[in-house]
Amino acid sequence: MIEKKIISKRFDKIDPYSIADYIATGGYKPLIKAMTGERIDILSEVEKSRLRGRGGAGFPVAIKMMALAKEAASVKYIVCNADEGEPGNFKDRAIMEKDPHSILEGMIITAYATRATKGYIYIRCEYDKSIEIMRHAVDEARKNHFLGLKIDKIDFDFDIEIRLGAGSYVCGEEFALLESIEGKTGRTRVKPPFPTSVGLFGKPTEINNVETFANIPVIVDMGGDEFAKIGTKSSTGTKLLSLSGNVNNKGVYEIPFGIPIKTVIDELGGGVPDSRALKMVQLGGACGPIIPRYLLDMIIDFDRFDEFESKTGSGAIIVMDDRWDIFDILLRNVDFFKHESCGKCAPCREGHNQLARLLRKFTDRKATVKDLISIESLARVMHQTSLCGLGQTSPTSIISTLRYFREDYIDRLESLEV
Amino acid sequence: MTLDLMLQKYPASSEYLIEALRDYQTAKIDHCVTEMEIVKIAKYFNVTESKVCSVVSFYSFLSEKPKGKYVIRICRDVPCFVNKSESILKTLETRLGIKPGETTTDGLFSLEFTGCLGQCDHAPAIRINEKTYVDLTPDKVKAILSEYREEKS
Ligand SMILES: Cc1cc2nc3c(=O)[nH]c(=O)nc-3n(C[C@H](O)[C@H](O)[C@H](O)COP(=O)(O)O)c2cc1C
Ligand code: SF4
Ligand code: FES
Repeated sequence: MIEKKIISKRFDKIDPYSIADYIATGGYKPLIKAMTGERIDILSEVEKSRLRGRGGAGFPVAIKMMALAKEAASVKYIVCNADEGEPGNFKDRAIMEKDPHSILEGMIITAYATRATKGYIYIRCEYDKSIEIMRHAVDEARKNHFLGLKIDKIDFDFDIEIRLGAGSYVCGEEFALLESIEGKTGRTRVKPPFPTSVGLFGKPTEINNVETFANIPVIVDMGGDEFAKIGTKSSTGTKLLSLSGNVNNKGVYEIPFGIPIKTVIDELGGGVPDSRALKMVQLGGACGPIIPRYLLDMIIDFDRFDEFESKTGSGAIIVMDDRWDIFDILLRNVDFFKHESCGKCAPCREGHNQLARLLRKFTDRKATVKDLISIESLARVMHQTSLCGLGQTSPTSIISTLRYFREDYIDRLESLEV
Repeated sequence: MTLDLMLQKYPASSEYLIEALRDYQTAKIDHCVTEMEIVKIAKYFNVTESKVCSVVSFYSFLSEKPKGKYVIRICRDVPCFVNKSESILKTLETRLGIKPGETTTDGLFSLEFTGCLGQCDHAPAIRINEKTYVDLTPDKVKAILSEYREEKS
């Protein structure tokens, strides 16, 4: 068995509408344990755990927590990013629908450790069931005095409000998300300052992914050192994977970091259907690299992912069989980002139109060597000069295919003359 | 629900603008806000009309343009695409006689693209108003459309 169910241990075993089920399976015990100790203990356990953010970029969680804890403001916020709009990702939906209180508990512990005063959960509006379950969980947590005034009878007030998106992928980007909660268009801000100093409504704010928060009670419960023994040196703990595409058993799986991608596809995914051959795999979502079969021995690990310079670490694995043409896939990705670009900066606003135009030349077999050079430099420029992660990472699938599937590009050239 | 009634559900603070707009449009048969309504909404939240307009044009689920009673949104991102979302798109286009971005002449259906619906493990997926349909085949789509047509008559 390569699965290791820590975050998903309650999945399909408890009723997500029942706080009693959650408590009966050890839920809210870590919170009580955390609140009987010193705040600094929680911070040091998270630091020892070396937990990294599960939203894609893998930023160390303890650094954000400590930055927020240090801020002296009387109002401070915790925001849970449940916007999950990256194509190929659905693991946050699984946590919300199957173990909602684990997210709340993680947020409450984080708030206690950092002295945050209020929490927000920003959920994309298409996630009807997640919204219903999370709202119910917040109500129940309040009734049971885990949220509200004087939590667990000590001098600590914290409440959580649920906010909904209105159909915009870029609102998953942290600053765009804050703007959206404030009731504005979801356009990013120039940083610094970072949200932990100037965030929501101008107040210090820590933003983390759903799965990141779900890890916090686990760390408090088992201790940071124990937690850090799971996984690899650079990536501790487990990861929820969203496995999709041309694979027999699509779904959400939890594995310790360090498992090879190929093992996940074969053992958990049950391989490719209709005895077809696997051609390529996209990691992380539309913003991630597309890699060929011979790289599938690569292990799931943030350090390995770093070489792609994108947000590969969200855990999406999209499998594609040999029926698919890379240019059709690339065009789908570019169309997505073109539609979702907020239009604030030129490289992204204009770049996607140009990328789409160039890619069409390759699908039509009308591309020239000059087009090949153009697409390569345009992708680089967008990656380097775009204002936010959307434009910076959207060319990743092009950059990676230029590296690993270069022969496909050469194949489509009208002539090899320059 | 009248606009006044809906507005009362929200504190008169501009941070609730987006949710109030979406709530209202979801309930309306043509899923849009008119100029008159924008004036009223802007006044209630104490923001400029141009701010309301910019928010409406930014978010995919908000619109100033009237839409059909049932807005069908189809996902064609890669996980759906490699699970034959194009056959779903074709079925919708032929059955409805419209292309994405259009509305049927009887005002019953609009067809649009949407980004990934987070249902990739049950691809291909579409959303009709507030309901998501997964594991689709062309036959299932035909049956779903008939259900909506019958509901009308
Ligand atoms: C365009 C764009 C979309 C994003 N969407 C999400 C998202 O849906 N969920 C998420 O957790 N992070 C998303 N992120 C990453 C966030 O900006 C941020 O890094 C993350 O919420 C931090 O949480 P973590 O450190 O716990 O991963 C997105 C980033 C970009 C640039
Ligand atoms: S990179 Fe794209 S999404 Fe990000 S700020 Fe620039 S235009 Fe907007
Ligand atoms: S790609 Fe269609 S639901 Fe995710």
